[in-house]
Amino acid sequence: MSLEAPDTPDTDAADEHTPDELAALLGDLVVDRDDHLNAPGFVIRPDTVQETLSVLKEQAGYDHLSVVTAQEYENRYESIYHLKKFDDPTQEVSVVVPADTDDPVSESAEPVFRTADWHEREAYDLMGIEYDDHPDLRRILLPETWQGHPLSMDYDKDRPQIATLPEHANPLEDHHKDAKSDTMFLNIGPHHPATHGVLHLKTTLDGEQVVDVEPDIGYLHRCEEQMAQNGTYRHQIMPYPDRWDYISAGLLNEWAYARAAEDLADIEVPEYAQVIRTMGAEMCRIAAHMLALATFALDVNGDFTATFMYAINDRERVQNLLEDLTGQRLMFNYFRLGGVVWDLPKPREEFFSKTRDFLDQLPGSIEEYHNLVTANEIFQMRTIDTGILPPDVAKDYGATGPVARGSGVDYDLRRDDPYGYYDELDWDVVTEAGCDNYSRLLVRMREVEESAKIIGQCVDLLEDWPEDERTIQANVPRTLRPDDDAEIYRAVEAAKGELGIYMRADGTDKPARFKIRSPCFSNLQTLPEMANGEYIPDVIAALGSLDIVLGEVDR
Amino acid sequence: MSSEQPFITDESSVVTETRDSRMEGQGARFNSRLREAFGSSPFILTKFDKFLNWCRGSSMFMLQFGIACCSIEMMHTYAVKHDLDRFGSGVPRASPRQADVMIVPGTIVSKFAPRMKRVYDQMPEPKFVVGMGSCTISGGPFQEGYNVIKGAEEVIPIDIHVPGCPPRPEALVYGVVKLQERVANGEAAPVTVKPYELEEFSDLERDELVETLADEIEDDELVMRYNFADSP
Repeated sequence: MSLEAPDTPDTDAADEHTPDELAALLGDLVVDRDDHLNAPGFVIRPDTVQETLSVLKEQAGYDHLSVVTAQEYENRYESIYHLKKFDDPTQEVSVVVPADTDDPVSESAEPVFRTADWHEREAYDLMGIEYDDHPDLRRILLPETWQGHPLSMDYDKDRPQIATLPEHANPLEDHHKDAKSDTMFLNIGPHHPATHGVLHLKTTLDGEQVVDVEPDIGYLHRCEEQMAQNGTYRHQIMPYPDRWDYISAGLLNEWAYARAAEDLADIEVPEYAQVIRTMGAEMCRIAAHMLALATFALDVNGDFTATFMYAINDRERVQNLLEDLTGQRLMFNYFRLGGVVWDLPKPREEFFSKTRDFLDQLPGSIEEYHNLVTANEIFQMRTIDTGILPPDVAKDYGATGPVARGSGVDYDLRRDDPYGYYDELDWDVVTEAGCDNYSRLLVRMREVEESAKIIGQCVDLLEDWPEDERTIQANVPRTLRPDDDAEIYRAVEAAKGELGIYMRADGTDKPARFKIRSPCFSNLQTLPEMANGEYIPDVIAALGSLDIVLGEVDR
Repeated sequence: MSSEQPFITDESSVVTETRDSRMEGQGARFNSRLREAFGSSPFILTKFDKFLNWCRGSSMFMLQFGIACCSIEMMHTYAVKHDLDRFGSGVPRASPRQADVMIVPGTIVSKFAPRMKRVYDQMPEPKFVVGMGSCTISGGPFQEGYNVIKGAEEVIPIDIHVPGCPPRPEALVYGVVKLQERVANGEAAPVTVKPYELEEFSDLERDELVETLADEIEDDELVMRYNFADSP
């Protein structure tokens, strides 16, 4: 169990609560217990969701709603609220809300956690659970004219469907049109160079100012959860994580699945493999942040400019290393449950020297980026004090990763919920207090330096590793069948933030439910907070600074 | 007009000399086969269509169009190392009105297909499409997805398929250059699949699904109807 005493309890809220204390705190609200491998689970009635979550948030300090998982059993629907603390993410609790099969209705958690808005819409869309008191319960990923809820049990995937190409009307026209003000509706996307893929922003302008922006997602919803539920644990799921966050963050994503599945099936990973994983994952983080920098400069400065080319050049360098390591440029499929697929490329010395060469030239490149981008006055005018995201708002929306750290939220799972080899290495979590577009970029650029530090230490470790102790994989049964009804939620710090996997086993070799907690999904939800009242170019800058990737938003 | 030199009209050596003198001072790299074809005369005789096809194939404007994972490799293809511009096809245009070629770099899902069709329709003729990656061939790794269109050819015609998941930039360069070759030779791609059409809702056959949605969708709204049961 992950519930262990924190080192320095400073406030009541950060205090450790044993499951029994939590049960006592919730009192009559709890009707049953349904413990998960990572956290105690409390079953509550569907009409007490807000009350329960408020108690846990206000009195026990669980201020981070990671994700809402919806699933269907033979005899009931279930929504699970995975709660954590930003101060100590190892303290977790799950709130399980069963709902009736014939009439699945449950109370919305949106008034307690803003982030529940989108998560519950997704649950409604894919599973068909209705949330009472939800401000805007519409489909979010599928077209609004879709028939049926694809992850529910009685869905027929062969039935025909109709998608529309509507003309969008101005949603605020009635309220904002008078003699003085005149609003205009502007579609940005889904095919637009600044949306980083197929995102659609429904923007309403008053003059040049944005009064309302609504991200419309689902243009890349390619059924990742269904795909994972159709695959076997051992080999068939691992290729898919590469394609969630496809900006070269493959190994970071694979780690999310590997960590969850290894904890679910109780597999111990050899230390040597953990060091390789740590090194590879940080290379991926550098590649991902380089693209974030490249496209951000593209968004703010304009055409295919020098910064874009420079950053892509550095990405090519790190991709070459990753190709040497994994055999692939982008979709690595390198992790296996219990380790990695093969050892470092031979000759090892050559790989080490190539890696060191890369690390040696990196400070020079970063210096150049600072000269080109962050020290550039025009760039500063565009980004400083635009797209403000205060820390409490970031937390309310469940923002994580560089977006949260750019708002001063000191939350990094590599340090706070250690996995791999991170807790043995010397590195720092980067935070910036600016809360603006500039801070978010600075966090990424400084994180590249920290990643380089980690890679350097891993290379030193690997070089001295005794030859007869280089175990790359643990002994894992050919077919994995985790215990029936075992449930787990595990997260890692991916390039964009907390990437979590919820899995429920049903005794077979495939997961009965596989839910992806995507950091970009939660981060993108903050866009209206940052954009309203700003100008259009600042919205584009804010979107760029969020560094979303649609493969992960839509899954 | 007095001259000691005779005026020669039909001596091939003069033609050769003139050509050589024109080529002088040029690096060997500039003396292309075209230049040789010009010979001593600045005129060539060709068919207008052939000439225009050659022009088209030599300068293609790409639509800047990112969908999924493949678009990352597509960006690398445009950028420093692989530099698609070397082949005369590396100018990404943000507007479909200015583009000749659309690279479809990723999975097409139900919500996006009508938009892609619309963007394709906005491109001026003649237009060409490169399908990048397995998803545009068959749906790729996501073929069984409830929401995934089984290949871009279900929506728009494709000239060249580049397989891979994702294809390496070199593979995309190869595909684009192959397309340029075909365009220069005036070859057109046959449409192999009966694609899904964008049509007005009232034009759909009245079946159970259409009856169900009749209240939600206006008669003149554009829709795309997917028959997932018949998909490959």
